[in-house]
Amino acid sequence: MPLTRRRFLELAPGAALAALPMPSAAQPSALLTRVIPSSGEAVPAVGLGTWITFNVGNDPVLRAECTDVMSAFFAAGGTLIDSSPMYGSSQPVIGHGLARLKPQRLFSAEKVWTSGASAGAAQIERSRQLWGVPRFDLLQVHNLLDWQTQLPRLQAMKAAGQVRYVGITTSEGRRHAELERIMREQRLDFVQLSYNVLDREAEARLLPLAADRGIAVLVNRPFRQGALTRALARAPLPGWAGDIGATTWAQALLKFILAHPAVTVAIPATSRVDHVRENLAAASGPLPGRALRERISADVKAL
Amino acid sequence: MGEWWTYSPEDFLMFSPRVYWRMFALTNGALWPLPLVGPALALAAGLLCLRARGARVALAMLAALWAFVGWAFLWNLYGVVNWAVFYAAPLFALQAVLLALAAARGPAQQRPPVPRQAAGAVLVALAAAYPLLAPLAGRPLSEAEVFALAPDPTAIGTLGILLIAGGGAGLWPVPVLWCLFSAATLWALGTAQAALPFAAAVAAPAAALFWRGAPARA
Ligand SMILES: NC(=O)c1ccc[n+]([C@@H]2O[C@H](COP(=O)([O-])OP(=O)(O)OC[C@H]3O[C@@H](n4cnc5c(N)ncnc54)[C@H](OP(=O)(O)O)[C@@H]3O)[C@@H](O)[C@H]2O)c1
Repeated sequence: MPLTRRRFLELAPGAALAALPMPSAAQPSALLTRVIPSSGEAVPAVGLGTWITFNVGNDPVLRAECTDVMSAFFAAGGTLIDSSPMYGSSQPVIGHGLARLKPQRLFSAEKVWTSGASAGAAQIERSRQLWGVPRFDLLQVHNLLDWQTQLPRLQAMKAAGQVRYVGITTSEGRRHAELERIMREQRLDFVQLSYNVLDREAEARLLPLAADRGIAVLVNRPFRQGALTRALARAPLPGWAGDIGATTWAQALLKFILAHPAVTVAIPATSRVDHVRENLAAASGPLPGRALRERISADVKAL
Repeated sequence: MGEWWTYSPEDFLMFSPRVYWRMFALTNGALWPLPLVGPALALAAGLLCLRARGARVALAMLAALWAFVGWAFLWNLYGVVNWAVFYAAPLFALQAVLLALAAARGPAQQRPPVPRQAAGAVLVALAAAYPLLAPLAGRPLSEAEVFALAPDPTAIGTLGILLIAGGGAGLWPVPVLWCLFSAATLWALGTAQAALPFAAAVAAPAAALFWRGAPARA
């Protein structure tokens, strides 16, 4: 494929992560991947969240911007997009982007967020139609809601080949004790929880347990819903950032998360093309070791 | 929800400020040149209320506006990004019906006291001037909230009209509830504009109770 000027511009921001020669011009290959323990499948370690950022309704300008974010995400080698029926219009906005972009590789991560078996089934089907995908790769019970009903249903769907992986989510440290019990007692492919440089409760029990039980971990709120990146916006980047190839605070925060061996994919949300490229680029180059991770955490706390 | 204390107001906000303000730009653009007429409608409704027959016309006009805003703005636009608003849209339809009934019956026989009407005039003027808030806050004028098209100035203007015309008790809950809901939303969005619908929701019923002119009807 000839490298036209437009193609080059599409590629340039991701060029740093691309190991040449590239298998296909749009798929840089040097992105850090992690293995899903239950299957051995590799996934790029940075995904894309859609809470708030993709809830833009029918606004044509903002929908086009979301499609641009998705386009840059796929072009940089990202695959995993996370959403939920709770996120307003995010699902149709994803569907709008997918219909236009037709990405070669997509890992669709959805949730069921309702009570009752039939309501759950109807909600999943509606979500599937809004995305416009034949089936989801991952279905998660959102915030543990009615998990006693929904989880067995998702397991049955998996057995029937209607979904590839099953998981459960929480955030902001809520109900960790119950989540731990579910992780011990149920068969899960994925768990999703909040983990970042300041919210480290998961390190104590949940992350080691996930590693132990072979459960993949999706990390939500890597930037505390933007509070961290906003608070750090004017702080100079410490010297250690160069050692891990981080050019921005956002990348340092993501590398802190990805350096935990139990973490599979971090799923930052963004409404900006430059940010999505920056976030994907964090899944390349060196990651901080144990000592540097503590230093990053301490430095952020001190600021 | 067992862990309610771990939530903050922003946790209930499911859209960005940009999405919120752009909804008004979309509405104004789609209904152009109606935004130019909106403030005049508010003032005209206020003036009409000074006469009994005019008040019926004003209430009928408000009925149409509540139905229109509920359908065009809440149902088709705002509800898409905030599912709580889907539940508010039928309340706007209810308010339209209540206003239409009040218009058919006519306003209170007894004219409300002058201070109460003056308080109403302030709210009507505020509703008419609402489009200026966007440029004052550094937003483009295209994102202006206009009486008759946007819910907040429509609800605030309606409270003003009810003070002037002396509408019955049944006409108050929906505009008051909307103003409180919107104030909470604006507060979570972090804008001081939240104070306006909040003040209207508190001051208008207080003025109506304090200067009780006519016995409540409808
Ligand atoms: N219970 C659950 O299941 C649950 C709960 C919470 C979250 N989640 C999932 O996890 C995802 C991520 O969490 P989140 O959205 O709450 O928070 P987050 O990813 O920690 O933060 C998102 C915010 O960070 C900003 N941002 C992103 N990249 C940036 C960069 N490179 N530089 C500076 N700022 C940047 C974004 O602003 P810009 O738009 O300006 O870039 C956005 O406001 C969600 O979208 C959702 O999919 C799930």
